[in-house]
Amino acid sequence: MSETLILTRRWPKNDPSIDGYRADGGYRGLEKAIGMAPAAIVDEVKASNLRGRGGAGFPTGLKWTFLPKDVRPRYLCINADESEPGTFKDRYICEYDPHLLLEGISIACFALDIHLAYIYIRGEFAKQARSLEKAIEEARAAGIFGGPKLLGKADFDLQIHVVRGAGAYICGEESALMESVEGKKGYPRFKPPFPAIVGLWGKPTIINNVETLANVPWIVEHGAKAFADLGAGKTGGTRLFGVSGNVKRPGVYEKPAGYNLKKLIMEDCGGTASGRPVKAVIPGGSSSPVLRGDEIDVSLEPDAIKAAGTMSGSGGVIVMDDSVCMVRALARIAMFYAEESCGQFTPCRQGTPWMWKILEKIERGEGTLKDLALIEQLPGNIMGQTICALGDAAAMPVQSFVKKFRNEFVEHIEGKGCKHGETGWGVSRGSREALVGGNRHAVR
Amino acid sequence: MSHHDESTAERGPQEIADLPKEKVARFDAALPEILKRYPTDHKEAAMLAALRRAQEIFDWLSPAAQKLVANRLGAAVTRAEEVATFYVMYHTRPVGRHVVEVCTNVSCSLAGGYDLFDHLRKSLDVDNGGTTKDGRITLRQVECLGSCGTAPAMLVDEEMHESLTPQSVERILGGLK
Ligand SMILES: Cc1cc2nc3c(=O)[nH]c(=O)nc-3n(C[C@H](O)[C@H](O)[C@H](O)COP(=O)(O)O)c2cc1C
Ligand code: SF4
Ligand code: FES
Repeated sequence: MSETLILTRRWPKNDPSIDGYRADGGYRGLEKAIGMAPAAIVDEVKASNLRGRGGAGFPTGLKWTFLPKDVRPRYLCINADESEPGTFKDRYICEYDPHLLLEGISIACFALDIHLAYIYIRGEFAKQARSLEKAIEEARAAGIFGGPKLLGKADFDLQIHVVRGAGAYICGEESALMESVEGKKGYPRFKPPFPAIVGLWGKPTIINNVETLANVPWIVEHGAKAFADLGAGKTGGTRLFGVSGNVKRPGVYEKPAGYNLKKLIMEDCGGTASGRPVKAVIPGGSSSPVLRGDEIDVSLEPDAIKAAGTMSGSGGVIVMDDSVCMVRALARIAMFYAEESCGQFTPCRQGTPWMWKILEKIERGEGTLKDLALIEQLPGNIMGQTICALGDAAAMPVQSFVKKFRNEFVEHIEGKGCKHGETGWGVSRGSREALVGGNRHAVR
Repeated sequence: MSHHDESTAERGPQEIADLPKEKVARFDAALPEILKRYPTDHKEAAMLAALRRAQEIFDWLSPAAQKLVANRLGAAVTRAEEVATFYVMYHTRPVGRHVVEVCTNVSCSLAGGYDLFDHLRKSLDVDNGGTTKDGRITLRQVECLGSCGTAPAMLVDEEMHESLTPQSVERILGGLK
């Protein structure tokens, strides 16, 4: 039996234009959808077990039912911010198959009576933004949306626009994303109220990830059951896993949602490029707790991998072989969260740079056992104490790296340095100031 | 701003009237297209896009350029300022003719991204965020660019370059005038 591909079947070579997309059967899902009752489409998505692919894995159909019945307008925001380190999948949907996303958006809007949708794409994805803009133009010209009717048949005015970010990881967090669409700095909002109730410009808003919505045409066309059957447990369909780091064949792999992590790394990606043993794997973007090389024989299905103490989050798998210093890797991750904290509230604004500095100190061989005790305690002070999940995202890798590779931290302290030596990648060389870029910090 | 002793050139034009008329006209001509995307009662939503356009036209977002954007969107100047300083792709200080941004996050560094950045810092003789003496290149390290599978990656004037090798980097930088 050949593997069913939903998201990558046209990558990378099929014509991404509207003609190419239609020649491959594109927009048939929308065609079918406009003949259905909107509520029936929502039911179908619910029954499909589609879960959000942006990181949290929230059931998509259920989220859609949270919209209050009689408030209009409502909005849809599509999250193409893709900034969690290790994650690089949504960009290819935007680049190689933009109409697949536009079809998913059109169906979702029709089902939810939404007439204005914004695709929020990170500023660094200039090429992908152009690809989406072009596809929107084509679809408008072909009368698919943007006029008084969908596909020239169903009365439904739908506008889809691309909004570009300007460099801020936090804008992937859904409430910060809405602030950014409103033209503001990306400060996450207090929740509740949740966006489905009070969202963009105070109106009910659904926020979904690019990959999430790209599944919708297939679900409508082939039915909820077929989609649910492809997955495992409470997660339907396939998923895009982006594998990077020390593997022979890095890249994006579309696999059933319950695929085995070890198989993905050792078979699909050909194991490590060096042939050395796998030392550590970050399974779902840099915020997910790290696994030791001997712990990777697990299903990537969100509930299954949760039982193993981590998460498949955004599907970004980072593989490290045994030449990599865990203290250095963690210090670099900690620097990222320190850089990207929005700075709005104290535990995160002060806790993230503090963790980073202690880790750098240990990496340089200047740390003490007191520093180690501190780094074991700090994540707990941040977890659950913050407005948005960035705080947890910063705390989880620190907690897990120190727990699973504690002896390496102790070795750095007792041996006053890194036995992996001065060569290779690192964060600790050069002047400290040189490592802090970005305007957010210049004004702090 | 953290710098206390900035020269006049560093501070740039202060008032809208100090900006070249021709460039202001270009900015004004570009605005309607940007505003089209937002509901008419939410003009301020165009802030990010308008600042981006202003940066393309004026090279960087001087206080005068920020004031221009705020003025045209009917927003307070502080609103333009806080957005311009929050997002790292906006330059609130002068930059070189080209901006080179190297990713040094984990996946890239596992593929030599940090070494690449370090090498460029030495060969161009600049620190992170600094500009070469001839004003050709501003270099800085940046966070994950969403190109981890084709690491290492860098942006040059906002265009992505991936699967970098010492040779390809030399070729790309050599092409910058
Ligand atoms: C700090 C932070 C960054 C996030 N970045 C992204 C992102 O880049 N892309 C994304 O789709 N979701 C991101 N999320 C998750 C979103 O908040 C939200 O859950 C998601 O877009 C919902 O869509 P989904 O249900 O389809 O996954 C981020 C969350 C946090 C806390
Ligand atoms: S947790 Fe951090 S990033 Fe999130 S709102 Fe608070 S300060 Fe900002
Ligand atoms: S780590 Fe460099 S692009 Fe993701």
